[in-house]
Amino acid sequence: MQEELSVLAILVGIAHSGLRLATPYLYAAIGETFAQRSGVLNLGVEGIMLMGAYSGFYAVFQTESLILGLIVAGTVGMLMGLAMAFISVTLQAEQGISGIGLYMFGLGASSLLFKTTLGTVEGVNGFATINMCMSSIGLNSDFCLSEIPILGEIFLGHNILVYGAFALVPVSWWIINKTTLGLKIRAVGQNPQAADTLGVSVARIRYFTVMVGGMLAGIAGASLSISLLNIFQEGMTNGQGFIAVALVYFGSWTPVGVLGGALLFSLINALQLWVQVLDLNLPSDVAVMLPYLLTIIALAFPFKRALQPAALTRPFKRGEN
Amino acid sequence: MQITGLKRFRIERVLDPFLPVLAVIGALLIGAVILLFLDANPIEAYTAMFTGAFANKNGLADTLVKSIPLLLVGLGIVIAFRASVINIGAEGQLIVGALLTTAIGLWLGDVLPGWIVIILCLLGGSIMGGIWGAIPGYLKARLGVNEILSTIMMNQIAIQIGFYLLRGPMIDPAEIEAGTNIPHSARLSRNIDLPRFTDMAKWFGFTESANDLGLTGFSKEIYGLLVEPTRLHSGLIIAVVMAILVYIFLWRTTIGYRIRAVGLNPHASRYAGISVPRYMVLSMGLSGAFAGLAGAVEIIGLHHRMFEPLAVSAGYGFSGIVAALFGKLHPLGAIPASLLFGGLLVGGDKMQRAIQIPQVMVTAVLGLVVLFVVSSEIWSRQRAERRVSTDTETSQEEEE
Repeated sequence: MQEELSVLAILVGIAHSGLRLATPYLYAAIGETFAQRSGVLNLGVEGIMLMGAYSGFYAVFQTESLILGLIVAGTVGMLMGLAMAFISVTLQAEQGISGIGLYMFGLGASSLLFKTTLGTVEGVNGFATINMCMSSIGLNSDFCLSEIPILGEIFLGHNILVYGAFALVPVSWWIINKTTLGLKIRAVGQNPQAADTLGVSVARIRYFTVMVGGMLAGIAGASLSISLLNIFQEGMTNGQGFIAVALVYFGSWTPVGVLGGALLFSLINALQLWVQVLDLNLPSDVAVMLPYLLTIIALAFPFKRALQPAALTRPFKRGEN
Repeated sequence: MQITGLKRFRIERVLDPFLPVLAVIGALLIGAVILLFLDANPIEAYTAMFTGAFANKNGLADTLVKSIPLLLVGLGIVIAFRASVINIGAEGQLIVGALLTTAIGLWLGDVLPGWIVIILCLLGGSIMGGIWGAIPGYLKARLGVNEILSTIMMNQIAIQIGFYLLRGPMIDPAEIEAGTNIPHSARLSRNIDLPRFTDMAKWFGFTESANDLGLTGFSKEIYGLLVEPTRLHSGLIIAVVMAILVYIFLWRTTIGYRIRAVGLNPHASRYAGISVPRYMVLSMGLSGAFAGLAGAVEIIGLHHRMFEPLAVSAGYGFSGIVAALFGKLHPLGAIPASLLFGGLLVGGDKMQRAIQIPQVMVTAVLGLVVLFVVSSEIWSRQRAERRVSTDTETSQEEEE
């Protein structure tokens, strides 16, 4: 028999895992927000995440350097973003379908590399949790701030990648809304013709945002393989990349909205994990289904469409309206 | 000026139909580079692939068996893409089709005559897949919900429904007894197995084996494929007949014409009095119906039971897109396309056994094919634009 857990302890547990599980969604969806705000729908996020997860893991497995793992994952993601940008911006290909191509490539290539270089599921020491213990600053005490009831238990005891993901929300909000670059990104996504006449290079901005999005998707993958789970498995992202794309719609193309959507998804995931841990007699399949249903319902709200970047999925050609 | 322009014009026109072929060659070349990186001999790998998939009756049978769902899903994709709706949900539509087929089979398999249940299964699977496709179609037509995202969500929902049913109401009673609880259904009644080619050969009186007839070489393999026991089943006939029907539907009927019109130019279609939303829902519903039919055929033709949803759909929802694109979104073009990619999938498996290069390489190659095909469309598009601009220039000159 397992110990009786108080309702409060369970809620704290759910909140804690919810914050953790939001990490990959946040990296990938914030990155995708940049791409979509500039008018490019990158549906290949899932494939980029898988390649990021593999390459980051493999780098850490070989060198035990976590920073190197992150850099490798981000670079691989950025290169795949470059490929997507070339196909969708320069070659003006249909974005939805090319995203599926990128996904299949990432799925196949990451599995192929995994099978040929690793073969079996291995573990690495991922990013350590930050507990803010007294002992680490030289005090003679076993107490850690992460043991502070409720607040400490929920918000501390995560690793640096988790905090990085949440820090990305205000940073990206500031870039998109308060900087010249952000203005250019929004202009290119809203009215590329006008932006072009004002001397903004539509292609350059879109290359930039899709590559940044790719880099963040690579890191999102790495956040699974070297921070949350510390293993690599074939297809381990399990559709999270596709959900990240949907979260951008869900969050009305704003970082704060994306944050809300990511938390909703991750909290429901955490809830469902706890349902299994506590061995409650609820069909977990139904709980897993819930976020997808919610997303479809959320996408159906008409006010969302008004917020969509007007040029989303539309390749830009000079002299055409 | 004019003459050089014309020359380029002609070369491109000759190249155009071969662009998908070039895309596959390009993807295989990149695959060869990957193989070199993995210290494998690309020529050896591709030879193993090709001979494994096409050189003998068992390889050919496997290739054809895999091309059946590819073709059926691909036909659905052709209809949706022709209407300019992007159906990424074939995986889910196939799964729900397979689930309803299994339910019908479990329920009626031993009650009604086999052929009636087979028809009910095929119809049930198509209708279920059709509903699963029509929902995102309706959401797009009426509420403007992006169909790419909603179909992806519908895939996940279908997978979870599958797991729920296979762990609960549809689980094989033997699994509960044994306590293993593996989520799969019981084997369906043998009455409702789709006839295999070898069964049909017996009906027509072909019973001798190829050796009895003294056949050798490739004709022996072909005869063996059609007469001797292999996994090849009559789903192949269903799929090819459907391809012809879809061709007739899209190019010889008013509804098909309207579907293509909506895809080419929704605004013009609206002015012509076509209800664009209705045809969007219809094309998504039909698209889903073909994926659902693929699910039904997989269950009663090949697996004879339902198991893990993603193992049944086996990525056909995505590789079917590749087949449709390779066939230039033409129903008849999808036939050789699905044969090619069926061969690639089977060949990948044989390559894995022959030289230990994992079969997943084929998935990566398929992804590259998609990327190359959609990227290469820029050439034909640019040519069309040049033609339009030259046409307007000439007509302007004439007016002057």
